[in-house]
Amino acid sequence: MSNDSCGAPAGGVTITKDKAVKEAIVEGHVLNAGAPVSTGYARLLGTGDEFVAEVPLGEDGGFRFFAAPGDWTLRVLAPGGVRLEQAVSADIGQITKVEFTV
Amino acid sequence: MSRSDVLVDADWVEARIGAPGTVIVEVDEDTSAYEKGHIPSAIRIDWKKDLQDPVRRDFVDKIGFEALLSDRGISNDDTVVLYGGNNNWFASYAYWYFKLYGHQNVVLLDGGRKKWELDSRELTRDVPSREKTSYTATEQDATLRALRDEVLASIGKRNLVDVRSPDEFSGRLLAPAHLPQEQSQRGGHIPTAKNVPWSKAANEDGTFKADDELTELYSDEAGVDFGKDTIAYCRIGERSAHTWFVLHEILGLPNVKNYDGSWTEYGSLVGVPIEIGDGK
Repeated sequence: MSNDSCGAPAGGVTITKDKAVKEAIVEGHVLNAGAPVSTGYARLLGTGDEFVAEVPLGEDGGFRFFAAPGDWTLRVLAPGGVRLEQAVSADIGQITKVEFTV
Repeated sequence: MSRSDVLVDADWVEARIGAPGTVIVEVDEDTSAYEKGHIPSAIRIDWKKDLQDPVRRDFVDKIGFEALLSDRGISNDDTVVLYGGNNNWFASYAYWYFKLYGHQNVVLLDGGRKKWELDSRELTRDVPSREKTSYTATEQDATLRALRDEVLASIGKRNLVDVRSPDEFSGRLLAPAHLPQEQSQRGGHIPTAKNVPWSKAANEDGTFKADDELTELYSDEAGVDFGKDTIAYCRIGERSAHTWFVLHEILGLPNVKNYDGSWTEYGSLVGVPIEIGDGK
């Protein structure tokens, strides 16, 4: 999509090969018994629980962030009081994959 | 203005679904979210297709805004209830437009789409049809919008509140972390700006924090002087519309402007002062 905006589609912006080289990408899916959880949100948090970004989950339960290199916390919120968390590390040129199971 | 004039809760909205004189409008960061399901009777405004000038970098003019609202079946005396995802980020931006063009009765659904979804309230894919109206907007309210020369003249004089993330503020990133890193020519922030990331004003469920928490956040923690005029900015003026809403509409500070040119304009200007590094 055009990047003259803050707009991001559910699940996160699509990446191309050259982007993957330049960016520190954190991505993954949220699943419930193997089925995607498409209603919910993924949040990227920095040091001290500092909120950095949030995306709605895609139809496939997916999310994607373009982070700076370093340590992050991912938090997933979904209906029914679901609140899951995982620590991740991101680095330039790497795609860090994180899977959540509700 | 105060909280009760500008925010409504989900029960209030649920009770008014389909009520005459009330128009519920979804404005989302992800403009396709509406198609996945929306609050019954809600119409959509696409912040990009509907609210931006297609050629110049500017938003729709008065005539364009009148045409948009007329087409969507919104009357001057309707109560417009705005909501959207991501802590009402883009709904706040639309709210600022409605105020800019003089719409009197406009409120935000506290918590927006996220809280509605997390509460498992009803969403529908039915698209309502509304009869066209003949909407009349006022001229833009210049007291709500800051342009670049005013921002430059405000360095060291007014509060400048940079509402981007600390990494964008410091110059380490040029865009939010869920978007590719492109845009302005330089990273950093406007000298003297305080960094209060917009999302700090929201609870995890997307609702706005309580007044005393907000006052503590901006005044006590960040050092924003509530006795001075304030300009809020971010990257393209949308996150800062959320902060404008907090300062001007919820806390009722009198002179708060949104600089919608924001960092994509300022960070590409030739010869202007820039600071880099973390907030002080």
